[in-house]
Amino acid sequence: MPTIRIPTPLRPYAAGKTEVAVAGDTVGAALSDLTVRHPDLRKHLYADTGELRAFVNVFLGQEDVRHLQGVKTALKDNDQLRIVPSVAGGLMDCHSERRSREESQAKPRDASTLRASA
Amino acid sequence: MTLLIPSNLYSQISNHLQAAYPNEGAGILLGAANGDGKTVKAIKPFVNKFETGEQYHRYFIAAQDMLDGETEAERLGLDVVGVFHSHPDHPAQASEYDREYALPWYSYLIISVQEGRAADAQSWVLSDDRTKFNEERIETAN
Repeated sequence: MPTIRIPTPLRPYAAGKTEVAVAGDTVGAALSDLTVRHPDLRKHLYADTGELRAFVNVFLGQEDVRHLQGVKTALKDNDQLRIVPSVAGGLMDCHSERRSREESQAKPRDASTLRASA
Repeated sequence: MTLLIPSNLYSQISNHLQAAYPNEGAGILLGAANGDGKTVKAIKPFVNKFETGEQYHRYFIAAQDMLDGETEAERLGLDVVGVFHSHPDHPAQASEYDREYALPWYSYLIISVQEGRAADAQSWVLSDDRTKFNEERIETAN
């Protein structure tokens, strides 16, 4: 079976496991099986829309599956997936004086805001 | 919950965030969980990867950087225990934007950088239901 490595902050929602063996022949099926086995993971991996949260990245080996076929990426029996969070944040609502300027300049708060400059 | 940071590492964090001013700086905290808290044992500063014109109020640590950080933590027998970033000329209060992109358990250390100098600091931990940040006590030690 393929395995999924769980990042430290999410292990409490996966019975403390570092790695979980899952069924599925695609990345999407494997993730789905993971949340069936450990339902408490769902709210941290998926937004209310059912999409993977913007900061949730899945690597197959050293490759981000977004650079492969995304959730449709095919898996073999011994493949090792890894959930890797990306991290974003910053000012928005913690200082009222600049709030209006920030809001007028800020892009929509979804994955499209996370464009790398490098 | 307590976040214990050796003073030499706290200085390194402050220096990185001051160097990033007037933009936000960021990096990750490597360490170990110990009962009711975490001890930071190394840091890994990163270049802010958010688009250039928005870095004065945004930071982004890319997945590849996090993967490198996790790999280094594993090599050292540590975990990634949190993230640090600056709020230039703003208080060290976690924002709604911080919460939206946060994971539970991680410590989110925010340092206010006022006119280029590191000032107040506060650490935050996301609640299990993702609805709020809880304050976490910071201790520095030699």
